[in-house]
Amino acid sequence: MSDLSDLYQEVILDHNKRPRNFRTIESPSHHAEGYNPLCGDRLNLYVQVDGDRITDVAFEGSGCAISKASASLMTDELKGRTVTEARELFTRFHQVVTTPPDQPVEELGKLSVLAGVREFPVRVKCASLAWHTLKAALDREDSTTTE
Amino acid sequence: MTGLRASRIGGPGPIEVGGTGAGYDVARVREDFPILRRQVRGRPLVYLDNAATTQKPQAVIDALGGYYSGINSNVHRGVHQLSELATEAFEAARETVRAYFNASAVEEIIFTRNATEGINLVAATFGRANVGEGDEVLISAMEHHSNIVPWQMLCEASGARLRVAPIDDRGELILEEFERLLGPRTTLVAVSHMSNALGTVNPVEEIVAIASRRGVPVLLDGSQAAYHMPVDVQALGCDFYVATGHKLYGPTGIGVLYGRRARLEAMPPYMGGGDMIASVTFEKSTWNVLPYKFEAGTPNIAGAVGLAAALDYVTAVGLDVIGAHEQDLLAYGTSALEQMEGVRLIGTARRKASVLSFVMEGIHPHDIGTIVDREGVAIRTGHHCAQPVMDRFGVPATARASLAMYNTREEIDTLVRALERVRDVFK
Repeated sequence: MSDLSDLYQEVILDHNKRPRNFRTIESPSHHAEGYNPLCGDRLNLYVQVDGDRITDVAFEGSGCAISKASASLMTDELKGRTVTEARELFTRFHQVVTTPPDQPVEELGKLSVLAGVREFPVRVKCASLAWHTLKAALDREDSTTTE
Repeated sequence: MTGLRASRIGGPGPIEVGGTGAGYDVARVREDFPILRRQVRGRPLVYLDNAATTQKPQAVIDALGGYYSGINSNVHRGVHQLSELATEAFEAARETVRAYFNASAVEEIIFTRNATEGINLVAATFGRANVGEGDEVLISAMEHHSNIVPWQMLCEASGARLRVAPIDDRGELILEEFERLLGPRTTLVAVSHMSNALGTVNPVEEIVAIASRRGVPVLLDGSQAAYHMPVDVQALGCDFYVATGHKLYGPTGIGVLYGRRARLEAMPPYMGGGDMIASVTFEKSTWNVLPYKFEAGTPNIAGAVGLAAALDYVTAVGLDVIGAHEQDLLAYGTSALEQMEGVRLIGTARRKASVLSFVMEGIHPHDIGTIVDREGVAIRTGHHCAQPVMDRFGVPATARASLAMYNTREEIDTLVRALERVRDVFK
């Protein structure tokens, strides 16, 4: 079934199995906890911002393959970007995963593997949890939820 | 075969049972549930989310349609014929519910929206009148949120304390701990008859016996138990029993609270409004008699009629044979899942019914749910509104396959094949 393999692509399965930047950062400049009460996914996101640039980002937590892979991919993407770029990327990513599946979406490099969630409406929140948590961290809110 | 049909709307009329014979003919029963003929994602529906809600037999669907197309009217008010017929059907439904739970009188049967409302009703009325500062409400560690939060709210408002009797690694209530926690300040015990997340059937007879010796009233949450096993509230001796219609093969939006008459008499009303009063002046209102004192406003008449049709159906098939069939499926499913590598059952109580809650090593339940759904298999994944149970077993969530009268061994085989597919995706 093609749509199932659209969702569980190799890249996603790989990031689920071996999540990148899966650790804590001691006293980061920004931190937030994200929680999806629907499935119990929970993640702690640590962001180190020096000047206006993200120099380190890491996460910890438990969640489904989609939320874990999304967080892992996100942390890979964010390192070295400015805060403004990160916020822009949040908006673009959000746009991609919430566009109806029959409409074209922007190419977002590695992040595009998550566009498959559009076929699975209840799973969109899994893919966006890390990103909402990023926004909360940058906005200096302590916790966020995708419910 | 024409199916099991109530002979007239809402009434406990004669029911024709065909085809079940000495054994249990599940194929025959399946014919009565039209939704089971549909496909999901191009495959036959395998509905294993019955602990969330059960599917409806044609008799229930017909009762709802028949009510609205034949006798729809408001109850307890009009002198016209339709109102009489609607009132008759509504009160006949109450009698059907009374008989189903073997309450001693129809006055002890209160219609609610669901089990949650039944529990909230008791918390707001019995609780408000009897639970004060320093008192204790005793629940168990396997409760659904609906049997936790209303008591937390009551305790917060009254200064009472919520005590929680622990469960063991099998998911069984530790009865000695329960007995120890039942103290001189305990004013109410509220426990589930059967756990929705674990499938554990609690030793409610012993729980009631222990509480009764100390004169403490007991509320049993029968949301899960009431469609798997016969419930006799008089034999149980509980003071309150709540159930919800939509798990009893009936419609959503209708539930039942059984209350022992003396308790209900002593309780203040729940909501104020029409139907629950005897007289109203601006100075003072007086309350209607039981059960109407607790049924403010126009009730869910069609829901009650539909629920009665569901109970008639269940009774005609027979709770004993339903229970035996489900136990067979449970044993079959338990053994099938136990043989799967990396699968761990959560909830292995010795007395258990119809629930297979499990986790798969390295795979989140949510991913399991999505993948088996593609095979047409509907299961529930998540915390099942029982977060403390998840915490107790150290898992964020489980996958749960839950059984009902129309499920088959073949459907369990389909579930197992779907779970093998899950493992393939994540290998």
